[in-house]
Amino acid sequence: MTSTETRHDVLLTVNGVPHRLNLPARRLLSDCLRHDLKLTGTHVGCEHGVCGACTVLIDGKPTRSCLVLAVALDGQEITTVEGLTNPDGSLGCVQQALLECHGLQCGFCTPGFMTTIEAGLKQQPAPTDDEAREMVAGNLCRCTGYQNIVGAVHRAAELKRDSR
Amino acid sequence: MKPAPFNYVRADSIEQAVEALAGSSDGKVLAGGQSLIPLLSMRLAGPSLLVDINGIAGLDEVRADSDGVHLGALARHADVLANTAAREVQPLVAAALSHVGHATIRNRGTTVGSLVHADASAEMPLILLLLAGSLDVVGPRGRRTIPAESLYIGPLESSLEHDEVAVEAFFPALPPMTGIAFEEVARRQGDYALCGVGAVVEVDGGHVRSARAGFMSVHDVPVVAELTEHLAGMSLSTQEGRVVLEAAVEHAMGALDPAADVHASEAYRAHLARVLAKRVVAAAFSDATHRAATRPAVGSEA
Repeated sequence: MTSTETRHDVLLTVNGVPHRLNLPARRLLSDCLRHDLKLTGTHVGCEHGVCGACTVLIDGKPTRSCLVLAVALDGQEITTVEGLTNPDGSLGCVQQALLECHGLQCGFCTPGFMTTIEAGLKQQPAPTDDEAREMVAGNLCRCTGYQNIVGAVHRAAELKRDSR
Repeated sequence: MKPAPFNYVRADSIEQAVEALAGSSDGKVLAGGQSLIPLLSMRLAGPSLLVDINGIAGLDEVRADSDGVHLGALARHADVLANTAAREVQPLVAAALSHVGHATIRNRGTTVGSLVHADASAEMPLILLLLAGSLDVVGPRGRRTIPAESLYIGPLESSLEHDEVAVEAFFPALPPMTGIAFEEVARRQGDYALCGVGAVVEVDGGHVRSARAGFMSVHDVPVVAELTEHLAGMSLSTQEGRVVLEAAVEHAMGALDPAADVHASEAYRAHLARVLAKRVVAAAFSDATHRAATRPAVGSEA
């Protein structure tokens, strides 16, 4: 069945790099990123939109990559956790903040938190504590506890201000 | 946890979407997909065709005028929530939308999609029903307007035909001297509510003129209870008013059939419905009193 499945052309720009792909319609964006583009930074947790681990930015907006079909995103821009690194390969502000604040243990949920915080700080460059919590409310972490992650939101905001 | 194979059509126009749906007996429309994709992944749904409407131009409109709020089929929850004119014209839409999923889900999910998904534990079907709004759909037989009261016919079942595409929802404006409130209880923020209640109360000189309450997650369809005959002429800020409200809510409970699941027993859901209904109707009364005091009684010149 799979071998006869119709495939569709789609152009996805991922972390600034355009990719022309030919995919079956049922390919989830999360699987497209990991399997077709080998960008395994995006983690797949629950696969039904609850955990937030697979969150990526689509045209700058945090979106569950397990809840979109790759073929539905023709021409759109996607940013994954790999795209949050500085051009020289050093950690970006959000990544640095998670590291400094011990905002991760096993790291499974971390890519989803990072993409969410990256976009959240564009909307709210200096979040209050409540806003920082609301920003990451759609992401689950089972080991760190959220205190250090909320701390990392504030630290990332600080780093972004300093880097300007 | 992967969808089964399906045929896929990226429609460029409503006509093309309708034509594609008409050629299949079990096609589904893909808009935001925040409810549909999980159903496909869990293989609870297995349509042979998906018609993607995301490429259709002009469907993402959020328009607020003196009549009310008009939402195109591709208006994302987040865009509706961020629209200050829509919030002004009908504040109940924004009040309920802030409870729909998480911000990340609202970035992709569409309000119209939520309406046609017809989940009795979702906020927006209840709000459309409570406000007596409507949904415009287009099919091979043309365009028609479905009033909310005839839209919800069963669990996850709306009165749309399989070859019809929902194109626009309409939420009527909040009339003058009228207040709203919405509240829900969920186990986790952003999760499905165990129970949610919305209310619309109209006042006249500090007393109720009309009142309705709507319930979600306590029946297999959203349910609206008319409370006017119980509450008309009462002030809900008095002790007597609160006693009458309690009786009115008890009466409304007769129309509900809360079900038990792993998250809550029937009795607990019924308890939530009672507590929330009293709280929300009283809050809508205060909101109405406040709006009546801060806004000229003539209202907008519409």
